[in-house]
Amino acid sequence: MNYTPDEQDEIRRRQKSRALVTALILGAFVILFYAISIAKML
Amino acid sequence: MASKAYPVATAAAADWRDFLALTKPRVLTLVVFTGLCGLLAAPQSIHPVLGFTAVLCIALGAGAAGALNQWYEADLDAMMARTANRPLPAGRMERQSALHFGVGLGIFSVLLMGLALNLLAAAILAVSILFYVVVYTVWLKRRTPQNIVIGGAAGAFPALIGWAAATGRVETLPVLLFALVFLWTPPHFWALALFINSDYARAGVPMLPAVAGQRATRIQILLYTVPMVAAAVAPWAMGLTGAIYGIGASLLSAVFLLLAAQVGFSRETDPARMKAERRLFGFSILYLFLIFGLVVADKVLA
Repeated sequence: MNYTPDEQDEIRRRQKSRALVTALILGAFVILFYAISIAKML
Repeated sequence: MASKAYPVATAAAADWRDFLALTKPRVLTLVVFTGLCGLLAAPQSIHPVLGFTAVLCIALGAGAAGALNQWYEADLDAMMARTANRPLPAGRMERQSALHFGVGLGIFSVLLMGLALNLLAAAILAVSILFYVVVYTVWLKRRTPQNIVIGGAAGAFPALIGWAAATGRVETLPVLLFALVFLWTPPHFWALALFINSDYARAGVPMLPAVAGQRATRIQILLYTVPMVAAAVAPWAMGLTGAIYGIGASLLSAVFLLLAAQVGFSRETDPARMKAERRLFGFSILYLFLIFGLVVADKVLA
């Protein structure tokens, strides 16, 4: 499918913001899994 | 989500806010609250991190169910003004993305619950997701005007899951809370369906007012409210909670019954003038929040 330059810019912007949010969520889960491991050991 | 925030209406790359919208965040507030109350009302306390994880799993599971519901009902959502701007009917997301997101989120929530809490809580969470998606969305919603009754069971699970996460068991009090939400759902949704009747009718959903008429719906609202009140007062009557819950639940249930009676005996047919129905719908949300808040307050203060 062909996209106009405006559409391509918008798609890139959405992909970038999605990647950023995904990275933040993954980071949060790393911390959560660490905290769960500690809590289960107590 | 407002469409003006998306200048290009392409489904090629959905915004992260569209994925969030798939989870029905407004519904999640009640799910998280009842799950948290089930957890806090349990006789055994657990580590705060594990408690947080349990509530997170309940929220993720409910979000997964909401996403799969929107994946399956995209055609139906497109026909109703209230839901036409959701990511799928508005063309901001590909259907397959919603399916993958819903399935992935559901499996992840169940696995995390099983690993961090216990297998019973994970099993009930899995059943609640499947119940909402398969029994309610796929099987009953488009086939029977009693769709809401059975579908209501899906919304009743969080308190049971919260309790099971804390204790590893299912006991009488969380079962009564399950029954309360199960019986609360029909009056809550039918009150809404009475004054947005035309929307459901246009989408072809056999909501009770469209199929059986307003008179029958009003009687059914009353008929479900009576056992709901019994389920609300039962924990006190059975000695499972103290006077704080008992007195509070009795007063709130009396108000609910009064509002339901006003709806039951009303002959108003113009949705724009249905004040009693709007009042019952609004109060029903407050009622559930307060009843569950009372269960926790009773345990903490007793």
